[in-house]
Amino acid sequence: MKFSFTNEQEQFRTMLRRFLTERSPTTEIRRLMATDEGWERDSWRRLNSDLGLSGVHIPEAYGGQGFGFVELAIVLEEMGRALLCGPYFSSVVLAANAILNAGTEDQKQALLPAIAAGETVAALAFSEVNGRWDSSGVAVTAAPSGGGYKLDGVKSFVLDGHTADLIVVLARKPGTSGDEGLSFFTMRGDAKGLERRLLKSVDATRKLAMLTFNGVQAELLGDAGGAAAPFARTLDQAAVCLANEMVGGADQLRQSALDYVKMRMQFGRPIASFQAIKHKCADMLVEVELAKSAAYYAAEAAAEDAADLPAIASLAKACAADAFMQTARETIQLHGGIGFTWDNDTHLWFKRAKSSEVFLGSPTYHRELLMQRWNV
Amino acid sequence: MSEANDASVRAEVSAWLEANWNPELDLVQWRNILADSGWGMPTWPKEWYGKGLSAVLGAAVESEFRKIGALGVARSGVRMLAAATLFEHGSDFLKEKFLRRILTGEDNWCQLFSEPGSGSDLAGAVTRADLKDGKYIVNGQKVWTTSAHHAQYGLLLARTDWNVPKHQGLSYFIIEIEQPGVTVQPLRQMNGHASFNQVFFTDAVVAPELLVAKLGDGWKVATTTLMHERRGAADGIAAGPGKGSKRAGSAYDQERAEIAKTMEPYKWYPQRAGRADLVIERAKAAGKNNDPVIRQEMAKLLTMYNAAQWTARRARAAQQMGRPQGPEGSLGKLVGSHVARASANVHTLINDADAMLTGDDSPMNGVIAEILVSTPAASIAGGTDEIQRNIISERVLGMPKEPVTGMDRPFKDVPKNTVS
Repeated sequence: MKFSFTNEQEQFRTMLRRFLTERSPTTEIRRLMATDEGWERDSWRRLNSDLGLSGVHIPEAYGGQGFGFVELAIVLEEMGRALLCGPYFSSVVLAANAILNAGTEDQKQALLPAIAAGETVAALAFSEVNGRWDSSGVAVTAAPSGGGYKLDGVKSFVLDGHTADLIVVLARKPGTSGDEGLSFFTMRGDAKGLERRLLKSVDATRKLAMLTFNGVQAELLGDAGGAAAPFARTLDQAAVCLANEMVGGADQLRQSALDYVKMRMQFGRPIASFQAIKHKCADMLVEVELAKSAAYYAAEAAAEDAADLPAIASLAKACAADAFMQTARETIQLHGGIGFTWDNDTHLWFKRAKSSEVFLGSPTYHRELLMQRWNV
Repeated sequence: MSEANDASVRAEVSAWLEANWNPELDLVQWRNILADSGWGMPTWPKEWYGKGLSAVLGAAVESEFRKIGALGVARSGVRMLAAATLFEHGSDFLKEKFLRRILTGEDNWCQLFSEPGSGSDLAGAVTRADLKDGKYIVNGQKVWTTSAHHAQYGLLLARTDWNVPKHQGLSYFIIEIEQPGVTVQPLRQMNGHASFNQVFFTDAVVAPELLVAKLGDGWKVATTTLMHERRGAADGIAAGPGKGSKRAGSAYDQERAEIAKTMEPYKWYPQRAGRADLVIERAKAAGKNNDPVIRQEMAKLLTMYNAAQWTARRARAAQQMGRPQGPEGSLGKLVGSHVARASANVHTLINDADAMLTGDDSPMNGVIAEILVSTPAASIAGGTDEIQRNIISERVLGMPKEPVTGMDRPFKDVPKNTVS
């Protein structure tokens, strides 16, 4: 159902929220975000061995839990709420979906079980220095070499690209452009000729890397020259997932702002008793609830593989990004001076909101896509 | 008698309809038959024109009516609010006097609560009812009164005691509209329509038996009416063919005429909501669909418009599943006015210079102009945006209530608007 979760899904969310609140206090977020890696293999393994989160939507045939996008969306909303530091979006959302969408049966059998188990962390390298989010930005080339391919060029903004064990790369046949000649490839993170540099990111909980390929030997994933459609689908699914992650973060901020204004005393009364504050909080609730409705609707569209998924994915991404950013700004504002300090936790989510606003395409970009996808 | 269930109720009502429904009946005659049988308001008590059925079984009855296109009782306007209020607070005398003619549609009703000096603060009403020679004499003015121009009765909130705090000095009456002391004038709105009235009372008379509940209980009774207004108060049989139907029969003709008369003043309401549904079509027609700024604004609007509808459906789904209402159930009114405002903005961008024109010089024969001059009502009517934000922040978010002043003294000493 597009408009409510089942009792089992609600229970799953409740359990997950409790678990993540315990595992991801802001002290832990601050500790991990200060590291180059941004996450630790031990706690990542525990997360997955205890709850099987890294395989939640991966079919059982490939070692996953066999749930769908609605359950995946619940995980992302709760991780967004908890600001969990882990390679979930890179490995489970981007890379696993690219493999599911593009890979052959044998490749899925070979690659997915380790990702589902959380043993292998994968990353998807598709964007480049030009910052474009669709196939038009892909310049990395793949030329046949021996039994496989040799990749040359530079990928950027690769989520967890510097720590991943497995890299899925989108590259093109030399001399092609746009959707033509695109293929996915896989390689190990420590492949010869692959240089990985951690980029300095505003959101330290979301690590971005630049990957330089100097004739790196890689294996074809799926059909040669046929990656455009599975790539587009992977992006739509990722936009839906990010929208759900963002509404989790937005809801967390909204609640923290509300808790604060109820406690903060000025002029002899809680500032929550002032209409200027009350009306702001009411508006924040409206923003977040509308974005939730869009994100949930989009998750169901992804689960059903609905025909309008591309349009709905863009709608939900734009809606959630605006809501998250707006909520983040207002949460700082409601905290006043302390909201601008490093010690206050608001900036952690504010920075996630800022990076999520543009990651996979800005709201403006997605609104234009929405119009195109609705044939306007 | 065995317990009624879905199957037994459906069987009973369909047999009854088979024997009694005839589209050639006079509408009032048919509705009297409905009132006598109890099938017109199956959820009402048996002793008052109903069957005493649950809401779920009432819906089953309604679906049987719909199956064969049988018409229901009159339900439009304020009449169902009046009935619900009488059930909760009215004496048997009042129920006997009014309920049947509410159902037959012979009497129309209006609600006399809002005043020029008290809109959001309804309890600040200053229309007065003074007991004189055994009758209440009413003086004052009400405003925004729907249907008063063809109503026989009004639900009147009036002040009967000025020496107690404001909520305690109000009483609730049923007043006859068709009397010399009551003047009904249309209230022309900024969009040119007159969907509401102003009602002036100059020594209008109310018989003492038309007081609802006790003297001084007015606020409590009015709260009941308002609660039902918010809830929609739609629990009778609204079946029938609908206004677009071509079904033949004098009862259908009469109902179509009744609906047309009731709805005429509100034909601009879709425009008040902004008509977001029109923007893509209009942008294409005006050749603006490739303007990147307009595309962005349309996408923003339609995102909000869709998200608002999905939010309403989330609220309904939760209700249907018997879950406690989440925050999503309290936002619709406020979101609706955001959509209306954004729609007006987008229609202006699309129609550009044509947005200066109205009537048949304006695009879509005046519909666009009507949107532009009707949307300001969306954030006021039925509770302003500001009141909505107070409600959301206090009831949903648990924030402290606004400090209220003047509750500690007689209403006569509370600062208030002066009304001419």
